[in-house]
Amino acid sequence: MTALPSDSVGIVVPQQVAFDTPLPLTCGAVLDRHELVYETYGSLNAERSNAVLVCHALSGHHHAAGYHHESDRKPGWWEACIGPGKPMDTNRFFIVSLNNLGGCHGSTGPSSINPGTGQAFGPDFPAITVRDWVRSQAMLADHLGIEQWAAVVGGSLGGMQALQWSIDLPERVRHVVAIACAPRLSAQNIAFNEIARQAIYSDPNFHGGRYAEHGVAPTQGLMLARMVGHVTYQSDDGLRQKFGREVASGDLEFARDVQFQVESYLHYQGRSFSQRFDANTYLLMTRALDYFDPAQEHGDDLAAAFARSKASYLLVSFTTDWRFSSERSREMVDALVRARRNVSHVDIDAPYGHDAFLLPIQRYTDVFGAYMDRVASEASV
Amino acid sequence: MNPAPATLREDLRLIAELVPEGARVLDLGCGTGDLLAWLQQHRQVNGYGLEIDHDKITACIARGVNVIERNIDEDLSDYDTDSFDLVVMTETLQAVRHPAKVLDEMLRIAPEGIVTFPNFGHWRCRLHLATRGRMPVSSHLPHSWYDTPNIHLCTFADFEALCAERGLRITRRLVVDESYRPNNVINRWSNLFGSIAIYGLARAAGPGRSS
Repeated sequence: MTALPSDSVGIVVPQQVAFDTPLPLTCGAVLDRHELVYETYGSLNAERSNAVLVCHALSGHHHAAGYHHESDRKPGWWEACIGPGKPMDTNRFFIVSLNNLGGCHGSTGPSSINPGTGQAFGPDFPAITVRDWVRSQAMLADHLGIEQWAAVVGGSLGGMQALQWSIDLPERVRHVVAIACAPRLSAQNIAFNEIARQAIYSDPNFHGGRYAEHGVAPTQGLMLARMVGHVTYQSDDGLRQKFGREVASGDLEFARDVQFQVESYLHYQGRSFSQRFDANTYLLMTRALDYFDPAQEHGDDLAAAFARSKASYLLVSFTTDWRFSSERSREMVDALVRARRNVSHVDIDAPYGHDAFLLPIQRYTDVFGAYMDRVASEASV
Repeated sequence: MNPAPATLREDLRLIAELVPEGARVLDLGCGTGDLLAWLQQHRQVNGYGLEIDHDKITACIARGVNVIERNIDEDLSDYDTDSFDLVVMTETLQAVRHPAKVLDEMLRIAPEGIVTFPNFGHWRCRLHLATRGRMPVSSHLPHSWYDTPNIHLCTFADFEALCAERGLRITRRLVVDESYRPNNVINRWSNLFGSIAIYGLARAAGPGRSS
């Protein structure tokens, strides 16, 4: 076994907390109790001023950095940005990363047991919104004794949670870092989500979402959903650079057998995802994305939505991200300028599409690091 | 941490004196954010800089200056009319593709603008061109003609003619030497001896323009 990299937080142990306080949800339902699983990296200072909340994206979870076991093949999903000397520097910050309510990695979600029936919630699990996540994350902050986050940080759907924090609980967040994010989904975004959902619904093993009761899982549908999603996370250039028209198996002469590298890659991505993710959670998360629209209750005026915020913002977009394009970040920047909030925006030239936010791209980590240095110095750490 | 420089370069200091407390300021081509950092600290302005140079953007972020990666030539239409109190553009005019359009946009976004740029009518430039027959290269304009960001050089007289043509009113003019200092000789013979001018602009009153 080789030693873990020195710029990693190393071995981490997930923690669990149960809340018995009822959580009223946007949909009208009330969740009497719920559990969250989370990890922390770095240490909370005496003033409790150096806490950073990391919010995960559609298919993410609490394991954002480090390793659970020395034998782990891969570190957490945001290893590029969390660790000693990295943008979210664990020598300075106390970083909290959780699995969101409705998730399938240990927090209460559709695959948890419904105390009312003794069976898994399945499709009966209430619809969850980004606002609900903020409420539940605030309960976690209370539990950890964190009155105010130095920063709330996230990419994609995670960035939306960071934005919502600054709107809903303005006293509790000093900085927002929203990366590869959008103020709401476009019709095209929703369309792709719907294709993913239909792929799951049409799997014969779906059983209206009660697949657990039948002892099966709609893995084929989930695999298709992930394949569609995955294409939207990549750019045309990125896929070309990675795979071109390389053939994985078969022979171009016999076109029926041929499999291009990109196909085999997508099959692998889809298959491995479908084995570790819950279909009902996937449906719930895509719905939360679709519904996110903080401007809606302000007459579609995004600046009005930000009017109560007290946070400063860093927005980062990527030139080849066509899921949440640079233009979507510019919309948010313009609204924040109108709302007189402090905001900076950088548009990183990188060929990796939406998923660029997970990668160690030099200019991106430089800018992110420079911003977090400011956050740290304000927090006197 | 001290985000703002203790002393501002002289031309920036002259500009800073023109900025009212708490103003909303847009700085086109804000560089490393010297002016905005100073204004934030001493004038409590709500300021934003536009910049495209990657290293300068990072420098702004590191010192807590709001910086937006956006191209002045393409993206000023995103800003609402009268959404700022003041738009500043220091030594950037000569590097934009459409200077006249940018000036129009500045005075649409805010009722007042401040513009500074190097004087191509300075006697050294004239002498250089007259005696050597080559495009002037100096400490202020150090680039060769074929490799320069300064694609729209002009003289103070040229600039004033353009302002007249676009219906922009010059509210003040401060001319400084190459060390960014004002002096009397320069004020008398500015187009010949001035290196850099600081112009205050406003919309011309009268029909055809709202002001």
